[in-house]
Amino acid sequence: MGYPHPSHPKETVVLSRYFGDADARTYDGWVQRGGYEGLRKALGMTREAIVEEVKASGLRGRGGAGFPTGLKWSFMPKEVVKPHYLVCNADESEPGTFKDREIMRWTPHGLIEGCAIAAHAIGAERCYIYIRGEFTEPWKVMTAAVEEAYARGALGANALGSGRRIDMVLHRGAGAYICGEETAMMNSLEGRRGNPRIKPPYPAVAGVFGVPTTVNNVETLAAVPPIITRGAAWYKSLCLGNPKSTGTKLISVCGHVQRPGNYEVTMGTPFRDILYDMAGGPKPGRTFKAIIPGGSSVPIMTREEAEAAVFDYEGIAEQGSLLGSAGCIVMDDTTDMVYQICRLARFYAHESCAQCTQCREGTAWTTRILERILAGRGKQEDFQLLLDLSENMTGKTICVLSDSCAAPVVSGIQKFRGEFEAYMTGAREPAMAAV
Amino acid sequence: MSRQANPTATHGDPHASHEPVFVGETRARLQALYPKYPTKQGCLLPALWMVQEARGWISEPAINEVAEVLELTPAYVKGVVTFYTMYHTHPVGRHFIQVCTTSPCNICGAEDVVRALLDATGCGELGATSPDGRFTVIEVECLGACGFATPILIDDDFIESVTPEKVAGLLERYA
Ligand SMILES: Cc1cc2nc3c(=O)[nH]c(=O)nc-3n(C[C@H](O)[C@H](O)[C@H](O)COP(=O)(O)O)c2cc1C
Ligand code: SF4
Ligand code: FES
Repeated sequence: MGYPHPSHPKETVVLSRYFGDADARTYDGWVQRGGYEGLRKALGMTREAIVEEVKASGLRGRGGAGFPTGLKWSFMPKEVVKPHYLVCNADESEPGTFKDREIMRWTPHGLIEGCAIAAHAIGAERCYIYIRGEFTEPWKVMTAAVEEAYARGALGANALGSGRRIDMVLHRGAGAYICGEETAMMNSLEGRRGNPRIKPPYPAVAGVFGVPTTVNNVETLAAVPPIITRGAAWYKSLCLGNPKSTGTKLISVCGHVQRPGNYEVTMGTPFRDILYDMAGGPKPGRTFKAIIPGGSSVPIMTREEAEAAVFDYEGIAEQGSLLGSAGCIVMDDTTDMVYQICRLARFYAHESCAQCTQCREGTAWTTRILERILAGRGKQEDFQLLLDLSENMTGKTICVLSDSCAAPVVSGIQKFRGEFEAYMTGAREPAMAAV
Repeated sequence: MSRQANPTATHGDPHASHEPVFVGETRARLQALYPKYPTKQGCLLPALWMVQEARGWISEPAINEVAEVLELTPAYVKGVVTFYTMYHTHPVGRHFIQVCTTSPCNICGAEDVVRALLDATGCGELGATSPDGRFTVIEVECLGACGFATPILIDDDFIESVTPEKVAGLLERYA
């Protein structure tokens, strides 16, 4: 993947091929590397043909939910009565995930090209790229690239001489994880508080500014130009046996590994290869204890479960978790699971937008119970209390932030119960003062 | 989202009279955004960023000014400002430091980085401004750079792989 380590022989570099190559950030550099060919080709195709091509490629959303991208695009009205908008989700805030940042820093034109193709395919003249406020460097790189793309005629009233108007607007977030949720993002773009909206209406019917909208993740959109240039059949062939998960996936690996970073693999690659070969395995003298494979919102896996899994949507699900955003948080045997699960609960409590009672109260209460356990004041009944709370937080709220808090708590209790008990019985010294 | 800075911070005077932000070049920059959004309200987040860039924080009179310019009510604007934690509703130190301490960084020693920063800046505690008015340090949630633990933001400078040992050297550049 080229940054910060040279690519590993077991990687399949498509999106990350030019990571670390500063020349690829410029318009000319991108064109020399075959860039903007996908957009040129797409502008000569009908909307339907592009949607069909993306459907045939098997591309699924890389933002977390894994929804088929071509199918999502096909929900947009055929007739453009009101304006249509594309929103590129560059809010990347899911703990463990740091792939979109690299795409924006190193291949900004790849993302612009993907956005432009998607905009054309859904009948939109304008694309908003919503970049989280903390991403100051990607913001600068993207700003320069968008300006250059306008100056060189790839964007604007006559994109690449096609007669088609494609505009791109960068919008800076201001510190709110919840704005990564697509309907919260639409509110934020409209200059509102970032509260998720009740669906329906779905974005394709009434999205941002009340008009048909498609929201896609950065990595999803960056995968589109190679699909158009090289064809759906090629993309679909990047697959190790499971036709439901195709293409390549950027996997962010962080925590207790020798070489943290992004690794791009063919869907279906054994998780072991990623953890041990690419990321270099545990630090000397240590062993892995727990792995969260899809950003912090998915169930925690034990080492054994992770080692048995292949990395694709279905493979991770078979081992009891979810692929999510493919942010792998690796924890070795030195990790205090109770402390870290509590820290995650605190994250969700802090990020809850507080519209739904189950989420607002549930995330805060979960955190307080876990803090009490860490302070050596936990009781056996707390297990049931935490599980009941989690049950009430799952499937009952406007968005899934609430469910996301429950995932590490429930799986943590199931798989690492002994660590909680050690605090309860006093076998382990309190990690926190009582509050 | 970042935690709010301590409201008792002393740098800057919350009662100072308000010089309008949206005049001259800044007004032109805002007006250039109007065609990019179907409503004026769509320009609210960018407008608030402009205020913060110019003044370091967003005061009540600044909220009134933004409301007037974008044809919104001050109460509405305030509701939006307080939702987003990167907007400062109180003055902060000349240099604002945000440290990620979410689990992926936490297991890599982020809390040690926080302690080193609090010591080296003289802030003493999270959210407080150092007595010389130079720094404010806060803990924030995942900065989207977990493979480069521990990332910190000093103003707009995003700095990766910070360790307690590196802290003193890093701060030298910020007067
Ligand atoms: C709480 C929450 C946070 C989210 N954060 C992000 C995010 O930071 N980036 C992202 O692409 N999707 C995020 N999503 C998913 C989006 O709602 C949406 O599904 C996605 O952007 C769709 O793009 P895709 O189909 O290309 O994956 C989040 C969802 C939830 C519920
Ligand atoms: S689940 Fe939580 S974050 Fe999502 S809308 Fe409800 S309160 Fe807000
Ligand atoms: S957890 Fe620290 S940057 Fe993501």
